[in-house]
Amino acid sequence: MNLHEYQARDILRRHGIPVPPGEVAETPEQARAIAQRLAGKEGRVVVKAQVHAGGRGKAGGVKLAKDAAEAGEHAARILGMSIKGLPVRRVLVTPAADIASESYVGIIVDRASQRPVLMVSPAGGVDIEEVAAKTPERIHRLAVDPRYGLLAHQALGLALKLYRDMPQARAAAGIMQRLYAAFYAVGASLMEINPLVTTPDGTVAALDAKIVVDDNELERHPEIAALRDPSAEAPSEVQAREAGLTFIKLEGSVGCCVNGAGLAMATMDLVKYYGGEPANFLDIGGSSNPQKVVDALRIITADRSVRSILFNIFGGITRCDDVANGIVQATQQFPMTVPLVIRLTGTNEALAIEILTKAGFSALTDMDEAVKQAVAKARAA
Amino acid sequence: MSIFVDEQTRLLVQGITGRDGSFHTRQMIGYGTKVVAGVTPGKGGQVFDGVVPVFDTVADAVRETRANTSVIYVPAAVAASAIFEAADAGIGLIVCITEGIPVLDVTRVLPFLHERGARLIGPNCPGLISPSKSKVGIIPGNICQPGRIGVVSRSGTLTYEIVHQLSTHGMGQSTCIGIGGDPLIGTNFIHCLSAFQADAGTDAVVMIGEIGGTDEQQAAEFVQTTMTKPVVGFIAGQTAPPGRRMGHAGAIISGSSGTAAEKMAAFARAGIAVMKRPADVVPLLRERM
Repeated sequence: MNLHEYQARDILRRHGIPVPPGEVAETPEQARAIAQRLAGKEGRVVVKAQVHAGGRGKAGGVKLAKDAAEAGEHAARILGMSIKGLPVRRVLVTPAADIASESYVGIIVDRASQRPVLMVSPAGGVDIEEVAAKTPERIHRLAVDPRYGLLAHQALGLALKLYRDMPQARAAAGIMQRLYAAFYAVGASLMEINPLVTTPDGTVAALDAKIVVDDNELERHPEIAALRDPSAEAPSEVQAREAGLTFIKLEGSVGCCVNGAGLAMATMDLVKYYGGEPANFLDIGGSSNPQKVVDALRIITADRSVRSILFNIFGGITRCDDVANGIVQATQQFPMTVPLVIRLTGTNEALAIEILTKAGFSALTDMDEAVKQAVAKARAA
Repeated sequence: MSIFVDEQTRLLVQGITGRDGSFHTRQMIGYGTKVVAGVTPGKGGQVFDGVVPVFDTVADAVRETRANTSVIYVPAAVAASAIFEAADAGIGLIVCITEGIPVLDVTRVLPFLHERGARLIGPNCPGLISPSKSKVGIIPGNICQPGRIGVVSRSGTLTYEIVHQLSTHGMGQSTCIGIGGDPLIGTNFIHCLSAFQADAGTDAVVMIGEIGGTDEQQAAEFVQTTMTKPVVGFIAGQTAPPGRRMGHAGAIISGSSGTAAEKMAAFARAGIAVMKRPADVVPLLRERM
């Protein structure tokens, strides 16, 4: 789960990392009042869109205002816009800081070393992937042993790659150790301070922060789960999550309903192989519950661009008869306006075919044949 | 012959009295797996289905039954703790079926296992099966046939699909192993490929990968430099959009890396026969063997 910048800043501040003042506004009036309170009537502030999309600045979602009145005007414009399809509902207002230097500090879980890896670069304020691609020598990495955590000398060693001034390096090392503690405390899979800045008076502070929390941590961190912003996600994906399904909307016309993530991806790929385009990724999961199938069909059929629906079920823990019952129940609850192509094989396959045949459906057992038919029906519609 | 599990496997089930644990324990016993013990704290002294003694701790179970392998069906919140306990009791092979374990828990588990020389398969995996010998986990036994093809996969049902293709065309399997769909896993492709290469009962290997990470690329390098047995490979997620987690926590294209195209190219460079679709597995194996 992605956190907004203002939420990430709050978390860092709670973990003792210096973060410049800033507050979030939902209206231009609030933005003006915050600007006046934090920077005075004549003080310069930055107004930043709070949205889960990269490239905010390029899209016009980050603006410098010369005074509180202009902050209100910028907020009015930014609050009305969408960035990469996501409506901006909040802006962060911060006093404009004089910046002497910008660097980057981040932590991710590295799959290769199977450890949290701290990454720092003196090239801050820009996209770190770009730095990694163009000037990889400007990124310094350290895989941390989770048994001992980030040790003081390790943090200082990295900080000295960023600052020559010892008090500043010590301040940065302290920030890194607190960031590492915060990483485990909230169950993050990514934490970034970009940029970590120094001001003309020598203070080191986190100007912008990004946190991604491991979805598997949310159950034991209800205070983090509560930060979820449903307005930042597609409504169909919110609906799917609440129904216990994994759903991702795509651009094509063949709706897919599959059990298992790997098979779901392979099914989408096969749709493409036979000349179609998948309308979604949907994994009904391993459990056997007809209601999940009903919910899945409700979500897929709500998508106007879907022209045919393909079921691909390989029964293991999932029982084919449960899926068949779900399909029949769904068609009794709401009209099916597009053709269904059903492939199921495995646990209780014969029973499932009997249920479907009685309800007037036919079922296939071969995956390729089913995908071909679903693609052909989407074309014909 | 086979890898990791066989007739010598003496299995302990952690979470044997739970909903999933009890269901799959019956399936494993029905398949012929030697299930020697179960563990559920607070239920020590009971006997599961009249045949499997239940203990409060893994240490008790190992002492009484000489269990050498454990399979874990406990909830995600306590799964890391179950893995620690199994390794501490001297279990050498730990198979964790549980999905949804926080990745940071796994960062703490792995060095602990390493120090004790224990192997973890998973988490978030379907387990493994050496057909007609031993089944540990949830792979349906009826789709497998004993034979000489090794199968290793990051997925569950996609593995079943491909194993089903093999079995219906008379290509039996030495061992089928699902290594799991999480970003951090105990046993990776290279561990399995290296075991299959050394196994006298395996003639060829099917490797089923997906988007996310670089495990497949490293495995391809291993195949090129070290393996003499033919390998056929598949990558799921050619149509997956970047930046979106495709169900598995590990299946995410980040930046420009981890794409299906990149992995398929690495396979091809390493001399691995690349399947375009699951149905290609049998013809490609026939071609290479």
